[in-house]
Formats: sequence, structure tokens, C-alpha cells
Amino acid sequence: MSLYQVQKFLYNLNRDEKLQSIFHEDKHSVLSSYDLSAEEYSALDNGDIGLLYILGVNGQILMHYAAYLQIEWFDYLQLMRDGVKKYGSVRAGIYAMTGGGAKFTGENAVDDPGESA
Amino acid sequence: MSLVYAGILSHAPGITGRAHLAANELVRDQFYDCLRRQSEEIKQSSAEVLIVIAAEHFANFFMDNMPAYCMGVGEKHTGPIEDSEWLKIDKTTIPGSPVVAQKILKSVMQSVDLAYSEEWQCDHGIMVPLHFLTPNYDMPVIPCNINCQGPPLTPLNRVWQFGRALRQACDEQDERIAIVGTGGISHWPATPDSGKINEEWDREFLSHLMQQNKEKLLSYIDEEIYRDAGQGGFEIRTLIATAAAAGGQGELQFYSAELPIFAVGCTVANFDVST
Repeated sequence: MSLYQVQKFLYNLNRDEKLQSIFHEDKHSVLSSYDLSAEEYSALDNGDIGLLYILGVNGQILMHYAAYLQIEWFDYLQLMRDGVKKYGSVRAGIYAMTGGGAKFTGENAVDDPGESA
Repeated sequence: MSLVYAGILSHAPGITGRAHLAANELVRDQFYDCLRRQSEEIKQSSAEVLIVIAAEHFANFFMDNMPAYCMGVGEKHTGPIEDSEWLKIDKTTIPGSPVVAQKILKSVMQSVDLAYSEEWQCDHGIMVPLHFLTPNYDMPVIPCNINCQGPPLTPLNRVWQFGRALRQACDEQDERIAIVGTGGISHWPATPDSGKINEEWDREFLSHLMQQNKEKLLSYIDEEIYRDAGQGGFEIRTLIATAAAAGGQGELQFYSAELPIFAVGCTVANFDVST
């Protein structure tokens, strides 16, 4: 596991517009400068929010990264829930899901009447 | 006495970024009105400088070098680091107050090891409060950060000491200074649990905070905060520091758990600073 390196990359990306431009042009040259496992590399290469979430990326870092990727809020929340279903429980960190996938935003009902609030 | 105002407010990014998704528009607008009144209170205090005690979210600091406490002493600050459209706040430059900041820094360092930075980037933790309090970004701001993100976190008794040291430092200055502390109470931000709020826990904490119940405030422990108030609950450090700096009783001007899309119990309060 090199969760630290994953988070370091995302921390740098989130706060540095120049790095964002470079990453947009040549993703692989940027990612190769971090000591990542194949799974971590793949998650960042594909922008896999669900996998990054269960790997243990701090939610505040992941949320800003999702904003950078232009992911809408409810989609971001759902991608994390989907990640737990697909990959299992959060493996590290303090941002583990506690509600069993329940939705707490209430307003979800506006867009998704089939879901409980 | 140069501390002329102390208050607290919420800073969650949804407050600006997801305003259009709030189902309860009445409560949302009451909250916004209260934030604008807080802005007016600061203006009426004739404060010349605003200290923001915040809990940043990896805008400046990472686990390679994480200070427990840090103050921004630069001539200017920038923000937000986040996508502007996501936060609904345009990128801007905020004036700093380097001379006052240096004086406060030196004073606080007599009792608390306070790091400093001349390069400060603001995330939603500061930008959302400023969006309401100084919407023209024309008031000099001294940002302070308490690490509430990367454990181990500073103990609460040290947080209190930091607040008291900040108060003493303010009282030594000729300038009129306002302090706002901004952090969540219970919340589970940026997770699938976003919107979960423990209102009972929030109200008990706020009661202790308004009453300056130091013994109760310092008796919280991180394991219980994490269990009952989520990882966002660690940010009570900013609120406790502000209460310690104020010294006087608080007045809770707004609290509501009815805006879960904002992912936090929305809060506005001020403190008596005359004692």
C-alpha cells in the first residue's frame, strides 16, 4: 500500500492549476513520478472515485478531486457507495462509510423518488 | 482592549455550492440572513482586521509537514483552491495584514508553538465564511489553521491555551481585531454519509460552548467525537479556540439541522468579548 503517495498526488493536483494542466496533457508522466501500486495507478488513471474511496483517500482530498473532475455532488456520493459494493469496505483512514449506504441528504428525494431520504 | 468581536459560523462547501439544491428554502434563507447580520455586526464593531480560525482541508498542509497550529502572515492570500463553479465562489485575492500578523505571532509564540506561512491558499473553510462576512474581500484577513484533518490532532486543552494566547495577543495591539472561528459540529463530510447530523450532540456541545463551560468542552475525547460526531466533529477545535479567545458568554443566533444538503448543522453565534 502506498496510500500516502496517492493522497500526496491528489493534494498536489487539487491545489496547483499548473499541475492540473500538465496532468491533463500527459497523465502518465505525472503519475509515474509517484510510487504507486498497480491498483492505485489504475484508480488515478481512470478517475475511479469508488476505488480511491475504499483505498482510504481522505474525504476532503477526494471531494476536491471529484470537483476537479466535474463530478456532480449526488453522483460523487453514489460513486463512493458503488465503490463499497464493488470493492468492499474502506480499507484505511477515518472516512469510512457508517450508514450502510443510506442517503442522508434528504433532498435526494427530489431527483430520485425511489430512494429513501 | 483590541478584540472587538468574536463569533463562530459554519463553512461547509454546500452552503454556497449546493444552495440551489436545498429543499427547505425558508430555513436556508434564514441562515443566510443570519450570516449577513454577522457581517453587519463585524462592520459595526469597526474591526480593522479579521482573524479566521479555520480547519483547512489540505489547501496548504499535508502529512509531509503538518503543523498543529499555523498563521498566515503574508501580504495576500488566494482562493478558493476548489473548482469555482463547484463552490460557486470566484477565485480571488484577499488582503492579508502582515504587520499585525507578525505582532500577534510573536506574542502567541510565548506560550504556543505557532507555525507561520507567507503563502496561504484558502479552501472552502475560509472562502465560504468570507463570501458572507466580507463579500468584497476588502478587509485584511489573518488566517489561522488548527489541524483537524490529519491525526494525531492537538489536544483540546492546548486548543484552549491557543485561544487564550490569541486573546492576549489581540489585547496587546492598537488595531481593532475581530475573530471568527469556523468549523463543523457533528458531520460526516465528503463521505456517502454526507448529510448525517447528530442534532442532540450538536445542541449539547453548543450549550457548553455558549456557557463557556471549559470543563465540559475540554472533556471531549477524539474517539467519542469520531463515534458520535464523525470525522467532521474534530473541527470543534476551531470553535473552542474562539470561545477561549472571547472569554464571555455566547449567544446562539442560528442553528438548524434542517439543511442536510449543506452536510452540517448550520450555525451562527457570537460571544461577549468585554471580559
